[in-house]
Amino acid sequence: MTLVVEGLDVAYGRAQVLFGVDLQAPGGELTCVMGRNGVGKSTLLKAIMGVLPARAGTITFEGAEIGHLKTHERVRLGLGYVPQGHETFPQLTVAENLQVTLEAAPGGDRAALDEALDLFPALRGLLKRRAGFLSGGQQQQLAMARALVTRPRMLLLDEPTEGIQPSIIVEIEEAIARLHSEAGLAILLVEQYLDTALRLADRFVVLDAGEVVRAGPRAGLQDESLHALLSV
Amino acid sequence: MAVLNQLFIGASMGAVLLLIALGLTFTFGQMGVINMAHGEFLLVGAYTAYLLQNVVLALPVAFAVAGALGLVLERLLIRRFYGRPLDTLLLTFGVSLILQQLARDIFGAPNVGVTAPAWLTGGIGGFPYSRIFILVLALACVAAISLYLTRMKQGRRMRAVMQNRQLAAVSGVATERVDQLTFLIGSGLAGVAGVALTLIGPVGPSLGTYYIVDAFLIVVAGGLGQLRGAVIAAFVLGVLNSFVEFWTDASLAKVVVFAVIVAFLQLRPQGLFVLRSRALT
Repeated sequence: MTLVVEGLDVAYGRAQVLFGVDLQAPGGELTCVMGRNGVGKSTLLKAIMGVLPARAGTITFEGAEIGHLKTHERVRLGLGYVPQGHETFPQLTVAENLQVTLEAAPGGDRAALDEALDLFPALRGLLKRRAGFLSGGQQQQLAMARALVTRPRMLLLDEPTEGIQPSIIVEIEEAIARLHSEAGLAILLVEQYLDTALRLADRFVVLDAGEVVRAGPRAGLQDESLHALLSV
Repeated sequence: MAVLNQLFIGASMGAVLLLIALGLTFTFGQMGVINMAHGEFLLVGAYTAYLLQNVVLALPVAFAVAGALGLVLERLLIRRFYGRPLDTLLLTFGVSLILQQLARDIFGAPNVGVTAPAWLTGGIGGFPYSRIFILVLALACVAAISLYLTRMKQGRRMRAVMQNRQLAAVSGVATERVDQLTFLIGSGLAGVAGVALTLIGPVGPSLGTYYIVDAFLIVVAGGLGQLRGAVIAAFVLGVLNSFVEFWTDASLAKVVVFAVIVAFLQLRPQGLFVLRSRALT
């Protein structure tokens, strides 16, 4: 198991969002975290990355407990994270956005940068542009490339296609599929839409009101009763 | 000639204010800390120059001493208050009072002076060498900071943290380290400004309080964390103050300058330049 989460409780102040979440993401597989808006999917990823503190529970990455580590230490262990909303450093150029990450990562080198740009060739022509001036789709590609230059062994993606123009959604989904099948990267993907999950996922976890209500291999996604848990 | 002279005096005053504001704009812009004790780093620099009685030697020493003190303040106190700007204001105001009293206890309440070196006395065509020196010093510091921010990896990290702290952390940047370094550099620059002030006038324990408000005005008018904004705002404020003071008197000059800034911020509350930052939200 690459990532194991057990009994995770997370709260914003007095409002508890996650209740005893268990999750297992095996190496080389794409695990899809599903559920409606506000059920705690993003919170789960943030807690795994240490952006939000966990109130209880353990997070184990490649056999080591990481719950006490700072965010940047988790990144250095091999977790890559692309937050929701195609975030960038808006006043840095595309090249600088990637460079900051490259310089902070132990596994980062020029080759990692080239590989990330090979996956999103459109970025090559934009290297000197300020990230804040890119379109949403381009920013999302930059956000993913940024996470990849650290050479993560597991990638956490929070709704990577949300609010992105359809033409680029296809490119992003293809990139995810390539990372998964060709590079054999373990991926934890937060996704609202069942059809995307059906195309990409090996396994899935469904959250509802901060608890895991379903989990299993991809075949279980065909289950009719799942629709009730996903539709708004 | 009088106009040129006032312009020059104003520019050199702006240069000192700029040196003070440079540090603030980064600690305020990056960490959301309202550091009222920043003026006392000025004091540290000025008394360093007084003890050494050598302006050139005092520059690096004051940078180191004020920077170290800033780092200690950050590690001991300020880091416990991140995300609570108003609390940092109260906290650092207290620190400021303590440091002022400390200066009074060590150096006495009366003002002290630093003998300017021989090569800085005199001037050309009514422009004193000492003020030319201050202008050059400030411009050199701005150039150095600008190079640091754009060319060096630590500077790039600093900009990244300023623009999106959380994203910097998930990109593997040790944000706490960056904060420490920012505080060290910002405080060190105030120390350098303190040395420069000894060339303009005498040094007393309440030196910092004269400048801290002006420095904050520059930071806010220039836009948080904006080097360009701070440079423009500092020189405008310095020159404006100098001219109004020339035509009227010192207290009216302050009134006019404050009124202008209040009016400007009414029109443009975000300052001259804007940084979309999540550090403060």
